[in-house]
Order: sequence, then C-alpha cells, then structure tokens
Amino acid sequence: MMPGNGRPQTNNSNRGPMPGFGRPGAGPMGGGPMGGGPMGGGPMGRGPMGPGVVEKPKSFKKTLRTFLKYLKPYRVSLVLVFIFAILGTTFSIIGPKMLGKATTKLFEGVMAKATHVPGAAIDFHYIGTIAITLAGLYLLSAGFNYIQGYIMSGIAMKITYNFRKDIAEKLKRLPLKYFDTKTHGEVQSRVTNDIDTISTTLTQNLSQIVTSVTMIIGILIMMFTISWSMTLVALVTLPISFLLVSVVIKSSQKYFMKQLVYLGHVNGHVEEMYGGHVIMKAFNGEEKSIQKFDHLNEELYKASWKSQFLSGMMFPIMNFVSNLAYVGVSILGGYLAVRGTIGVGDILAFIQYTRSFMMPITQTANIANVLQSTAAAAERVFAFLDEPEEVPDPENAVKLAAVEGNVVFKNVHFGYNPDKIVINDFSVDVKPGQKVAIVGPTGGGKTTLVKLLMRFYDVNSGTIEIDGVDIKRFKREDLRNRFGMVLQDTWLFNGTIRENIRYGKLEATDAEVLAAARMANVDHFVRTLPHGYDMELNEESSNISQGQKQLLTIARAFLADPRILILDEATSSVDTRTEVLIQKAMGELMKGRTSFVIAHRLSTIRDADVILVINEGDIVEQGTHEEMLAAGGFYALLYNSQFARMPIELDTVKEEI
Amino acid sequence: MLKLIKQLKPFTWAVVAIFVLLFAQAMADLSLPSYMANIVNTGIGQNGIENSVPGAISVTEFNKITLFMTATEKTQVEADYLLLDKQTLTPGDYSKYLKTYPQLANIKIYILNTSNKTQIKQLDTIFINTIPIVATIKTDGLAAYGGGAIQIPQGVDPFTVITQLPQAQLDSIRTTAAQQIKAISGTLLKQYSAVYISSQYKALGMNIGSIQNRYMFRIGAYMLLLTLAGAACSITVGYISSRVSSGMGRNIRLQLFKRVESFSNTEFDRFSTASLITMSTNDITQIQMLMVMLFRIVFYAPIIAVGGILKIIGADSSMIWIIGAAVGVLLSMMGVMFVIAIPKFQVLQKFIDKLNLVMREMLTGLMVIRAFNTQKHEEAKFDKVNSDLTKVSLFVNRVMVFLMPVMMLIMNGVMILIVWVGAKQVDKGSMQIGDMMAFMQYAMQIIMSFLMVSVIFVMLPRASVSAVRISQVMETEPVIVDPVKPEKFETQKKGQVEFKKVSFRYPGAEEDVLKDIDFTAKPGQTTAFIGSTGSGKSTLINLIPRFYDVTAGQVLVDGVDVKNVTQHDLREKIGYVSQKAVLFSGTVESNIKYANENASSEEVAQFAETAQASDFIKDNELGYAMPVSQGGTNLSGGQKQRIAIARALAKKPEIYIFDDSLSALDYKTDMSLRMALKKETNNATVLIVTQRVSTIMNADQIVVLDKGEIAGIGTHEELFKNSSVYREIALSQLSKEELAL
Repeated sequence: MMPGNGRPQTNNSNRGPMPGFGRPGAGPMGGGPMGGGPMGGGPMGRGPMGPGVVEKPKSFKKTLRTFLKYLKPYRVSLVLVFIFAILGTTFSIIGPKMLGKATTKLFEGVMAKATHVPGAAIDFHYIGTIAITLAGLYLLSAGFNYIQGYIMSGIAMKITYNFRKDIAEKLKRLPLKYFDTKTHGEVQSRVTNDIDTISTTLTQNLSQIVTSVTMIIGILIMMFTISWSMTLVALVTLPISFLLVSVVIKSSQKYFMKQLVYLGHVNGHVEEMYGGHVIMKAFNGEEKSIQKFDHLNEELYKASWKSQFLSGMMFPIMNFVSNLAYVGVSILGGYLAVRGTIGVGDILAFIQYTRSFMMPITQTANIANVLQSTAAAAERVFAFLDEPEEVPDPENAVKLAAVEGNVVFKNVHFGYNPDKIVINDFSVDVKPGQKVAIVGPTGGGKTTLVKLLMRFYDVNSGTIEIDGVDIKRFKREDLRNRFGMVLQDTWLFNGTIRENIRYGKLEATDAEVLAAARMANVDHFVRTLPHGYDMELNEESSNISQGQKQLLTIARAFLADPRILILDEATSSVDTRTEVLIQKAMGELMKGRTSFVIAHRLSTIRDADVILVINEGDIVEQGTHEEMLAAGGFYALLYNSQFARMPIELDTVKEEI
Repeated sequence: MLKLIKQLKPFTWAVVAIFVLLFAQAMADLSLPSYMANIVNTGIGQNGIENSVPGAISVTEFNKITLFMTATEKTQVEADYLLLDKQTLTPGDYSKYLKTYPQLANIKIYILNTSNKTQIKQLDTIFINTIPIVATIKTDGLAAYGGGAIQIPQGVDPFTVITQLPQAQLDSIRTTAAQQIKAISGTLLKQYSAVYISSQYKALGMNIGSIQNRYMFRIGAYMLLLTLAGAACSITVGYISSRVSSGMGRNIRLQLFKRVESFSNTEFDRFSTASLITMSTNDITQIQMLMVMLFRIVFYAPIIAVGGILKIIGADSSMIWIIGAAVGVLLSMMGVMFVIAIPKFQVLQKFIDKLNLVMREMLTGLMVIRAFNTQKHEEAKFDKVNSDLTKVSLFVNRVMVFLMPVMMLIMNGVMILIVWVGAKQVDKGSMQIGDMMAFMQYAMQIIMSFLMVSVIFVMLPRASVSAVRISQVMETEPVIVDPVKPEKFETQKKGQVEFKKVSFRYPGAEEDVLKDIDFTAKPGQTTAFIGSTGSGKSTLINLIPRFYDVTAGQVLVDGVDVKNVTQHDLREKIGYVSQKAVLFSGTVESNIKYANENASSEEVAQFAETAQASDFIKDNELGYAMPVSQGGTNLSGGQKQRIAIARALAKKPEIYIFDDSLSALDYKTDMSLRMALKKETNNATVLIVTQRVSTIMNADQIVVLDKGEIAGIGTHEELFKNSSVYREIALSQLSKEELAL
C-alpha cells in the first residue's frame, strides 16, 4: 500500500463489511536489503499477493471480446500508452547495468592504485558520463511513465463514464417485469461495485500488464548479458517461492472462507440484536444473545488469526526467497568476479535486478486474478445492458388529442409469470368521470390493475382500451401523460419542495406550482416549514411526515392535470388531521376525472361507481356497494368485519366461508 | 485512540516479543548488505585476506617487515610466529606443511601461531603500519622515504642495501616512512597490505583461489544463516501479531457488544441503531486492520530506519546527507500531493454519494418517472453527477499517477548520487567499494521505511475516527440500571398497571412528551390508547417495561415502582408486541419459543392458532420449522406481526402490550385476532395502542391522548359523547352509522 499505488477508492457504499479483508497482502513491501528495487515500473496494483476469494466469469472469452469493443475507440491512445509504458520501463531497466559498469570502473581504478600501477587513477570522466546519461534516462523514463498514466486514466475515466451512462439509460428501457426478480441493490451494485472494479483495472492493471511483462523480459535479457550462471541461480529461487506461496495460499483459503462466514454470522447477529433491541430486552434475552455472540466471536477469532497469519506468511516467504537469491548472487558473483568473468559492479546490478524481479512476477500472477474478477464484473454489466427491453412503441402510434376518460378492460388475462395467471378474463367498462374503488386485503395485489393500465406490464391476452383505442397503439409517453398517479409509496427526491411538486409538469411556472399546492391543501403546511417551498428534502425525505409527503404527491398530480387518476389512499401511518386533509385533497382531485382508487376508507368505497374486490391477486368480485353487500360474498365479509363487535358474528361469518 | 491502547494490556508480553523479534529481523536484514560488502571488499578486493596479519611468510620477507618495527613490536610479533624449517621438522609434520606451503622445500617459513583474537588485533595494528612500507619500497625504491640519495646497484634487492645502512640513516627512513603511513587512510593501507600478503602467499606457492573461496563461502554461510534467522523471526512476528490483533479485535468486539446490550432505549436513541451496528462491525474491523499494519509496518519501519542509520554511521557517515535529503524531498512532495489531493478526495466521495443517491432515486421511482415521462430529466440529472464525478476522479487519478514516477525518479537519483559521491570517497580512500554498494541498499531501506510510515499516517485518521466512536460507546453508562436492593413483586396482585402523575421528556428535548398522566389499567380489562401521531401513545406504553425512565411521577406495576425491581423481574411479567414486528433468524418455532423455551410443540401451535398465524404456517411444507430469515424478510408484514403476537402469548404474561401492532393487519384478521385474544387474555391486563377506532370500540377503557396529555378516559360511547378529540378521530374513520350510534 504505497501511497503512489493508492488509487482513489471510488466506492464506499455497498461493499462488504470488511473492505479489503480478502486482500491482506496489500501490505508491506521492501524491508529486504533492496526494498522494492530502485527501478520499479508502473504503480503496483492492489495487494500484490493477496489470496482473496476470486470471482470467476462464466465466459471469459466472450466478455473479453465485448470489452475489447468498448476499448476500440481508444485503440490509438492505447497503443501510445503501451509504447510509452514499454519505453518507460526499458529505460529504467538499463539503469542498474550502467550503474554497475560505473562501479566496476571505480573498482578497477582502486585496484590499480592499490597495486601501484603507474599513473593509476579512477576514471571520473567515465563515471560522470554514465551518471549524466543515467540521470537523463531516468528522467525520460519517469516522463514516459507519467504520460502513460495520464493518458490511461483519461481513457479509463471516459470508459467508466460511458458505462455508467449506458446503465442509467438502460433503466428507462427495461420493462418493470425485470424488477420482479431483481432487487434495486443489484442494479445499484452494477453502477458502483462492478463499474468500480472495471475502472480500477483499467487505470492500474492494464498498463501494468505491459510494464510487468516488459520488465520481466528486460530484466531477463539484462541478467543473461551479464552472466548466465548467475541468472540461473537467481531464477532457481522463483519456483521455490511459487511453491511456497501456493502452499500458503491454498491453506489460507480455507480459513479465509471460514472467516468470511463467521464475520457474516457475527455481523448478522449484531444487526439482528441491535435492530430488535427492544424486543430482546422485553423478553429478557440479553444473556442468550451475549452467549451466542461470544460463541460466534470466538469462532471468528480462530478463523481470523489463522487466515491472517497464513496470508501474512506471504511476505516473510517472499522476503526469504528473495534474500536467498541475494545470498546466491553475492557468493556466485564474488566467485565470478575473482575470476574476472564479471565486474564487481555487475554484482550490484544483479542484486538490483533480482530484487526488482519479484515485483513484476507477483504482479503478473496477481493480474490473472484481477482480470478474472474484472471479467466477472464486466460480464454482469454486459448482461444487464443486454437484458431484453420493453416492446418498442408502435411506429404509427395513435395520437390522442383530448381524452374523455373512458376505460375498458376486455377479457384481460395477466400473470407476473406465465404459469401463474392472477387476472382471469377480467372485463369492466368505466365511463368517463366514474370512480373505481379497488379493495382487498393487504398484499392482495391491488396495484396490479394499475400497472396494467399504465402499461408498466403488458396483458397476456385481452385488451385495455382508452376511449376505444387499445393502449398498445399509443406511445407509452402519450398514454402515461393522460394519467396522474398518487401512490402510498410516495416518491420524493433530494431537492426542494418546489422542485418536487414541479415534477408533475417540469415546465410549470412558479405560479402554477403554487396553485397546485393550494388545491392539494399543502400550501399552508409548506409555509410553516423553514424556507417554505425552497426547503430541501433530505435523502430519505425524512424531514417531513408521511402524510405531508403524500400531500406533495397529490399536488404533483394536480399540476400534471391528467384525465385519468390512480390514487392510493393513505393508511394508518398518517395522523388524523393530515388524513382529513389528504381525503379532502383527493376528493377535489377526483372531481370530473376517471379515477381508480386503491381504497382503505369506507366512505370512498361506498360512493364508488364500480368496486373491484381483489384477493390474492385475483379479482374475486365486482359491482357496486349495495349489489355486493346483498350478494353476501367476500366483499360483504370484508366490509362487515370492520364493525364486528361480538364474537358471535365472527363465528357465523367463519362458517359462511 | 489512546484508550484503545489499553486493550493491548493482556497482550503486553506478546507485544514486547514482537518488538524484540522485529529488531532481530531488522538486524538480520541489515546485516546482509554489510556481508555483501565484505565479499566485495575482502573477498574480491583483498583476495579473501581479512586482515594485515600474514598467515604465513618467508623468513626473508618477515625480516624485511620487522626492520620497520620497534624492538618491542618485533619481540611481540616473533613470539606469535612459528618457524618452519625442513631440517627441524619431523617427517610427518613436514609432509603435512608441504601440502599447504609447497615452497617449504626450498625456504624457511614463519607461520602464524595464534588464533587469539586480541593478539591478532594487536598484530594487525603492527603489520598494517609496516607492510605498506615494505610494499612501497619494493615498487618505488627508497626514494619514497627520503632515501633517494642511496645508490642501489642494478639487480640488487633494496632491502639488502637497507640492512647495511648506518643506523642513523635507517632511523631517518623509518621516521619518514612512519609519518607517511600516518597520512594514508586505513582502508588504503589495508588494501596495500592485502596485495602484499597475497603476493607473498603466491610466492610460497599457496593456493590463493581456495583462500578466497573459503572466505566467500564462509561469509555466504553466515548470510544464509541470517536469512533463515530473519525469516524465522518474521514468521514468528506474523504469528504473534495475527493472534494479538485478532484477539484484540475479539475482545473489543465482545466488550462493545456486551455494553450495547446493556443499553436502554435512551442510549440507542443517542447513538442510533445504524451507527451502533457500524461500530460493532466495520469500525472494529478497521481497528483490527490497523493493528496488523501497526505491528508489521509501523513498528518495523523505525527499527529498520534507526538500524540502517546506525550501520551507516558505523561504516561511514559522510554520505548520510543524501539519505536525509531524499527523505526530505520525498516527504515534502507527498505532503504537497496530499494537500492537493485530500480535499479532492472528499469532493470525490461527495459525488460518489450523490451518484448513488440519484441512481437509487431512479430505481425507487421507476414507476413515478415513467408515469410522469421524466426519463430525460432523470438522465440529465444522472449525467451531470456522472460527469462531475468523472472530472474529479480524473484529476485525483492524475495526481496519483504523477506521484509514482516522481518517487521512482527520486530513488533512482539517489542511486546515481551515491555512486558519484561514493566514487569520490573511495578515491580518497575513506570508503571501500563494497561499503558504497551496501550504502545504496541501506539508503533504499531507510527511504522505503519512511514512505511506509507516511502511508500509515494517511490511514490513521480513518481508524482513529473508528476508535473514538468505539470508546465513546464503551464509556457510556446506561441510564437505566437495576436498583442496588431490588424489591420483589407482591404475589397477590397480578398485572395491575398504574400511572401516577407521570411526565416524560426525551433527553435534550425542550418540552415534555407526556404530562401528568394518571390512570390505572386493571387485570382482566383492555385499556386502549388512541391519539394522533405525536400524541405520545407509544412513549407512554414504553414506560411500562422501563424502556425509558419517567421524568416525574411513578409507574407502578403490581403496586411496585418499576424502578425498584430488577428489569428482568419486571419484563418477565410483560408480553410486548412492538409496532413493527421484529423476528429473529431461525424458525417460526424458535421465534415463538423465544419468549418461553420450555413451551411444547402443542403449545406453540396453540399460540400460533390464537395469533391467527397457523393458517399460513400450515400452508408451508415445513410448518413450524419454516425458516425465518434475518429481519424476517421472507414473511409479509402481517405474517411477521402475527408470529410476534404468538411469541408474546407464549410468555403467558400478566400484562400484554400491543404497541400499534395490529394496524399491519387487514380488518378481517384484525377482528378475528381480537376475538381470539379475548379468550386467551382473560385474566391479563391488556394495553393496546392504535390509530383505528374500530379496533378499540369495545375496549373496557379508552385513554385519549392529545399532545401528551390525557384528553379523556372512558368507553367508546362515553368518549364519543364527551370528548371532541375522540369524536373527531372517530368520525374521520367511520360514518355515523358505522359507528353504530
């Protein structure tokens, strides 16, 4: 974790509870007699030797091919990056050898003086020339490396930007059906974690492949030109280190998994107990809870120190092996130097080369893992972008001039998945201005009809018509423009109250916003808030109450001024006074518009023109209040249950079912 | 931060061991370059000849050297040498010595006859000042020491001439020589002697190559041993430090957890559940990671830096300024970088949060966005954040990309500088080449260790935030504690709850939430609480299980003030169902049994039946073994609530508290549940908080709350007549006919 390789951590949300725990190797380097070596190539990436758990893509090749397509527009820049990376690395590789030559020259001069060779002196001119040349080379190398990094981060950021943009744009074309099986968190994770992984790999690892490979080849060449036997000694240590490291990785993997599992358990228990603190207290569960925690914590400790120890072995092992090479090179180098096969400076150069050799090798070894997890991330992103989209709008769509608001369901069949049809042959004719109440137990699927009406989902068979035209023949935008929607799950965003109301009609003037707020009975309460209409709603919109939120969404619907309304009545989480306001506002809103109301209030139900009774997703009854009460079916049961005061009534009702 | 250091106390010896081992490791690591320097200096430069004391020398040459010694020196030297003479040696000894010194056949040889280190050291100081004189005379003649006037015939050894010189002349040569020797640096003298000695070995027919090899392999063996020792140390450090850091993590985690479990609602409100969770999970992990880094890097870096500096000062400190300058430049450069980059990091984080927020809004508002056709608007919003984020992260990236090459440049520059300056030093004779090579490696180690420590300083603020938060929690004493001498409940009273002039105010609030509350809830009766949001209903009911303590007045259960009994005893009497059902992971059965572990399966089924939960449980193929995931996410709100009610029933408490627990249920279930409960809770005190008038119309006693005060107590009929607040609530929910009036 050198400061230079630290790349800005572009995400902090959605990552697991233990950032970087799977990569404990990201720790110390250097510490051996030569540290990381004075040459170094590009920045070293995420932990060079971390034995984390690596995700694997399903099809590496296919993902790579798709990914290359994204890189294609930047191929000229990429080639430049690679050239600069190679040049920057090459120049720095020459360094130790030249420095070695200078040292040899120095040694020769000293020896000549010691043996009293006449006119013996150290060739400072030669050494000076080398120093100046080297300084130039290092400067060039640094320059090239910087340019390389500069261009690469530009490319990486552009690609990252485009990925995010593509995902955001993909959202609007996805059918709502997609979200039946996927959570929001998953999509969010594409934008944050996956893209972040890709971005890191692009900025760090892509050019690292080039520099590492160049470095390995370059160093090998340099070493062989100095002495093949010393090169062999230096290389012999590599398989030893690979062997040792792979043994360690293998044995630590088990404990890493165990640690992750127990960490999950411990964190789960903490979340559960803190979340249910009151209940835990109420049922005197402290002791039980602490006992369980102690047990889990102890197991976590066992796995944790073992995994940490084993993964921490990596550094001593690498250091040991590298020191072995150092010793070997020193001895053999001394032996050869005595025989005059190599110069004394060559030992110095060799030591530097062996020290710098380890890093690119571990990096390349690590890159395989990095590429795998990147491919896995990219694969998920591509899969998301490839998700089937909504059926496109018809080409010669019918344009609606003015809508009267006649809504007809004709033999509609629908199911969220084909094998479970929830709406069976449903038909209803709603005249303009009529009020339809949708009632039924909680979680019974009351919003399904609404979703069909607004074409969030398409019917399996049958048609839905507005003013006699199948809704599939409209553009979705046109269709939805005719609807106003006020859901109980109010959706407000982080912005001012004014902006939130204006959302109903983005081009509305301030005066229009104000008028809509008045009609929705929201004006008064807004004025009591700090900054009034300019008050900023926070991220969870928790700085106003649930009821107030709903009033704001009603104001939004007023502003949109639709012909057909979809309303979700407030439930018990709203206090009595606000509830009265909401009811009044809704009543006002419904005047003269065809409206579908998801009802909880008896008053709403009773004066509805049509009542649809929904249970377990299915429409079980339809008709007016009086009709259905007389029929004595599910509706009657539901309705009467509200007033049941005596046990006897319940029993009779139960028998009827 | 410092408070957490206390947590290291149980591990004191382990930490000491870590220090010692790290020091050993550092010494091992640092010794390698100096041994390498030996190989270069002595092994190569001096043919493996370690000091200026010849191991063997011909008698002629020996006498030449002794010429320049004082009488005492001469005696001392002669005492330590053994004369080998073909004539006097036994045949066995002769053939043995002949192998090492082939020339023994022709000449007499002195060999060193001691291995005593101090003696050799004394000899060394004698020889190092005399051998170079002999060597110089050999190559340059007597002229070098003011004997230029002395005629040396062609082909005659100058030393034969010297021995024949008059004593005065000899003395003058000696004095001049001694003076000149003084002016030459020790390293150079050493080299001169080594060259001379090796030429003498050659003259004796000795195998120089094997001497050299033997020397280098010996040094090599030392290095190998050191490497092994260093590795052993660092593995042991790894072992101890992972146990210590994990152990410390475990201890803090447990302490924190225990502390939080002892908290009352007041502390939970103060810290918020979410941040308590973060502390117990992420923050502790942060600290654990920091400990690992601390043991491995922070401790090690200064040790190796100090060790490296000591080594350098021991050898030659003339170049130490290079290291100082390099460290200074590097650190100040990093400082500048961080000053530029850190504020940008904060901006970056802000944009990341913003991006996530916009994305989340786009996801949660899927339907609304489509309904209002504002996709373009949202995209523009996202695009703005996206490009803002891209710009900042590009900047930060490029700053970081700058850092690495510059750092490498400085390191490489240091290398060049060391070779250049070192060459001058070597020329002056104040340093040997091997030392210069070793110096390069020390320099690298020292600079790297400073960089490592600076990384820690970057990491530290984050971990210290975690540490501060954790110690805050650890130091917080819960406000609700058991009395020192707890009373016992009276056995004859069963479940009576009494509020006497109770007022309550949240800590730090300006106004009371509850004012002068006075009522009694009797066993066998249902007491209901109704009122608008913020009227204090839930707060009131939370005073009974002592989740909070009253600000004024008294809450009595079974005639005893709740403050005078243990929390455990008090809560044993209460069956509590919260507003939002909370289930724990496990099975349906384990959740119901949470209240009473001894409940039989039949009883569990019975409770579920009463709570109207048996239908959906039976529908599941696993029945009561049906798993409940964490947070009960696999169940609907209503299902969870019904299990929570069954759990309260399983306790068979004297007092039932339903904190607005029934509103998640639909009217039908609500009604059936109330009917079934009625039978179950016959003799118990039932307290219900609700917003639904229909739920409580038939309660024995309804308490109407308005802005923290009791606005009326009575039955539905009474209140409807007398209380305007109640009437308003009732009418907003039901029509007059439905209210059955």
